[in-house]
Amino acid sequence: MNSALIFIALAVGVALFLGIRARRGKDMSLEQWTVGGRGFGAAIVFLLMAGEIYTTFVFLGGSGFAYGNGAGAYYLLGYGSLPFILSYFILPPVWRYAKERRLLSQPDFFASKYKSSALGVLVAIVGFIALIPYLVLQLKGLGIIVSISSYSAISSNQGVIIGAIVVAAYVALSGVHGSAWTSVIKDALVMFVAVFLGLYLPYHYYGGIENMFTAIEAAKPGFLALRDVGQSPTWMVSTVVLSTLGFYMWPHMFMAVYTAKGDGVLRKNAFILPIYQLMLLFILFVGFSAILQVPGLKGGDIDLALFKISLQTFDPWFVGVIGAAGILTALVPGSMILMTSATLIANNVYRPLRPGVEDAHIARVAKWLAPVIMAVAVWFTLGGGDTIVALLLMAYAFVTQLFPVFLASLFKSNPVSKPAAFAGIIVGVSTVAYVSLTKQTVAGMFPFLPTALKDLNVGMIALLFNLAVLTVVSIATRGLSAPGRLSTNAS
Amino acid sequence: MRAVHTLALAPVLMVLVGPFFLNGMPFLLSWLALSLVLTSIVMAIIYFSDQKAQSTQRDGHAK
Repeated sequence: MNSALIFIALAVGVALFLGIRARRGKDMSLEQWTVGGRGFGAAIVFLLMAGEIYTTFVFLGGSGFAYGNGAGAYYLLGYGSLPFILSYFILPPVWRYAKERRLLSQPDFFASKYKSSALGVLVAIVGFIALIPYLVLQLKGLGIIVSISSYSAISSNQGVIIGAIVVAAYVALSGVHGSAWTSVIKDALVMFVAVFLGLYLPYHYYGGIENMFTAIEAAKPGFLALRDVGQSPTWMVSTVVLSTLGFYMWPHMFMAVYTAKGDGVLRKNAFILPIYQLMLLFILFVGFSAILQVPGLKGGDIDLALFKISLQTFDPWFVGVIGAAGILTALVPGSMILMTSATLIANNVYRPLRPGVEDAHIARVAKWLAPVIMAVAVWFTLGGGDTIVALLLMAYAFVTQLFPVFLASLFKSNPVSKPAAFAGIIVGVSTVAYVSLTKQTVAGMFPFLPTALKDLNVGMIALLFNLAVLTVVSIATRGLSAPGRLSTNAS
Repeated sequence: MRAVHTLALAPVLMVLVGPFFLNGMPFLLSWLALSLVLTSIVMAIIYFSDQKAQSTQRDGHAK
């Protein structure tokens, strides 16, 4: 058995142990399982939210994006701060509204605000469709990490299946408590690995960070600046805006808000989380340092940059430590995504079909759904697919379509009617699906636009269509939907 | 909304305007890293200012 395997097995074992132990002393009611009984303090909410940021998407995709796209990867830092500024103003009213009405999921919020359980079902379906590729990404990343860091002693498919069993087990048993406990060890290990690699590799190979960037600029002039066409400033800013608006529209991020024991916890996190995002810088350094040291990675292989350079730099035991950190970046967010997906289906799709059913029954259904959903995700994972960043950007555009309807619901007098909420979301997600499946670009769809606008993220086009439909239908149905309109302040 | 909340616009403008004009780290990357630090500082100022305003308000009600 190689020494890397010891650390990999240790990471999986510790995650399973902490995940299952988290249920001790707690009656796993639906509220405990989904939102931790609304009793988490600032530290745990911080770890849940920060833990959702440092996923395999960042660990592999962030460094890979820097390796393959250069300055395009700067967008990760750009949206490291804006969601938290937004969170300071929008999350406390969400928490208060949910606490008063004992809401458990994101669709509950929409259904309650618009007095429409059908809207809750629509939001649940949109969220579920976005979460599945996100879960697949975690598993795909997990397979890559286990296979490479174990020096192929464990195949990618075996890694996916082992990880899926571990996550499904502790999610079914402990719910959000399992995610919270495993977040602690995961963030500590990931922070150590990211900062160490981000500093060690540039100094080891180039003699310093400035020397590294000078060498890259000499070898690939212009690679470290945004392009005039394609990944231009317009692309970057529109991608940052889209990612910012979508950040808390992810169902699992929305549910993490409910776990807080007070709205002050959420405001406090708004100034702690941005500084924590500086860790992204070190992840980017790893990708940049690999450009000249492991040249030639193309397509989906760019996601391997971090591990390729680690394999040629470190002894197997340390590759095992890096692998252990990587595995936790897949298991912990994967558990939150799985728990949320099961809740969406049990609470917001199954429950409306069985009116009057008790919470205990819904909790049982959700716990049984967790392994079923995981099996579906494993099936998709083993079927192959796209690169990590490309897939996630599409899912991001998907959940962002919920933002206009959500924002309108926070106003004292909601300007959006119930039919308009349906129409806006449906048009938005349909547009995202169309442009993603047909691989359309803004330049292709609107060749008459000025060059500066042709690089807009296509998700922005979907959002604009969404807003236009939302406005027109709201005006057209103003009289019709008066009873459904709200005058309730979010606070 | 209180006047102090407008401070939050500073990091927002840094991120959204910077790439158009500022395109040993490359300048734009440094600028975005600084925006993270500024965000934390600005949001901390807003948080503690709001806390103080709330406690002043509570004291006023108590009297």
